[in-house]
Amino acid sequence: MVAGPTVGVLALQGDFREHLAVLAELGAKGVPVRRESELDQVHGLIIPGGESTVMDKLSRAFGLAEPLKRRIGDGLPVYGTCAGLIFLADTVLDAIEGQQTLGGLDVAVRRNAFGNQLDSFETDLDVDGFDGPPVHAAFIRAPVVEEVGERATAIAALDDGRVVAVRQGNLMGTSFHPEITGELRFHRAFLDAVAAA
Amino acid sequence: MTDTTTTGVGTSRVKRGLAEMLKGGVIMDVVTADQAKIAEDAGAVAVMALERVPADIRSQGGVARMSDPDLIAGIVEAVSIPVMAKARIGHFVEAQVLQSLGVDYIDESEVLSPADYANHIDKWQFTVPFVCGATNLGEALRRITEGAAMIRSKGEAGTGDVSEATRHMRQIAGEIAALAAKKPDELYVAAKELQAPYELVAEVAAAGKLPVVLFTAGGVATPADAAMMMQLGADGVFVGSGIFKSGDPAKRAAAIVKATTFFDDPAVIAEASRGLGEAMVGINVADVPAPHRLAERGW
Repeated sequence: MVAGPTVGVLALQGDFREHLAVLAELGAKGVPVRRESELDQVHGLIIPGGESTVMDKLSRAFGLAEPLKRRIGDGLPVYGTCAGLIFLADTVLDAIEGQQTLGGLDVAVRRNAFGNQLDSFETDLDVDGFDGPPVHAAFIRAPVVEEVGERATAIAALDDGRVVAVRQGNLMGTSFHPEITGELRFHRAFLDAVAAA
Repeated sequence: MTDTTTTGVGTSRVKRGLAEMLKGGVIMDVVTADQAKIAEDAGAVAVMALERVPADIRSQGGVARMSDPDLIAGIVEAVSIPVMAKARIGHFVEAQVLQSLGVDYIDESEVLSPADYANHIDKWQFTVPFVCGATNLGEALRRITEGAAMIRSKGEAGTGDVSEATRHMRQIAGEIAALAAKKPDELYVAAKELQAPYELVAEVAAAGKLPVVLFTAGGVATPADAAMMMQLGADGVFVGSGIFKSGDPAKRAAAIVKATTFFDDPAVIAEASRGLGEAMVGINVADVPAPHRLAERGW
């Protein structure tokens, strides 16, 4: 029996199992979310890596998009990685025709900002507010935050200055995937936000 | 396995990682840029570019090769989701060409005519990741040893008959379960029998799963087929001829995407299966003479 809040992981498509594994490792209760009834049970939500176009279509087809927007508007803590960051952004650049996002994060995010898979890479990053060694980050056909709006704050950037991690109140987004590199600090910070919400 | 020292492009983590991001999704065979757009709009997580879908390769015969570079470039240009393309087994130059065209994944595929009946491509030599077919655990582990970053069960492509996909998924899952039940001192012989390196065999035994993503392929034609593969433990589904050889490709593609996400919810699968029009005309695998079975290519 795990005490404490329940954290949902959007499980329409993508690497949601990896996020659930990180939550389990941190002793948090994680549950997959595919339906509104499941969303109603959670105190925080992680949107995983995957294809943002697919998450968009499925969330609308199954009536999850509007409840998600409502919960985000009500202050639900949400953390998005890669496609999850895109899905949380107010504006998407290089979207496909008709692509929508949940919005909430006051940023403009460019999809596939580095190019195709040949340009996917791993590197080390310094993240504001994290103690210890640099974050080892995996960028996989990753987006970047091209514009950081007034309400959002950049917390990590590449050497060339491109922003790859942002926070805004209870919302957090990263271009990269802590869930596949054994990096726990983002999930810990997110769980702190969930506990405080 | 948390390597935090490797940096740069083409690492195992980013190769295997892209496949992780495709999980729970449907990868669709396309032969034109227009089809690729239809697939993207229907919710495909990636498209597979090839010159003819397997059903046509089967009916037309002849040597099947990598697609025309113009066609692949057109598909890469048309969509923003990952683009995969097929190279012949062992044809490392086709693979070099595909990498130079900027595809996101190469499928070293038994659906095309093999170019080497002894060796597969040395996939470690490439920055682009590879997916390879397998009918059993030993074959999957040999492909991973050669550098494959993703495995798909082969099934029997171009038939619309899902029975071989079922057999291969059950075979691989069963062999993994049997391996996981073995005592440590039994793994040496297991490695010999699987014809795969001991270290990899021991890793699979300890984890109870492959170290890479396992999709299924070959004969998936309906939403229920896709959902069954997911219930059998597939991480996602390749659909070849099943979509663009059907009566209403856009509708069928969207339906298979829904059934793959809600694979454990019969009501959703039922709803998705309504009014799809004609499924592809199938061939029973039992009616395909052994020399024409694609799954037997590769070793």
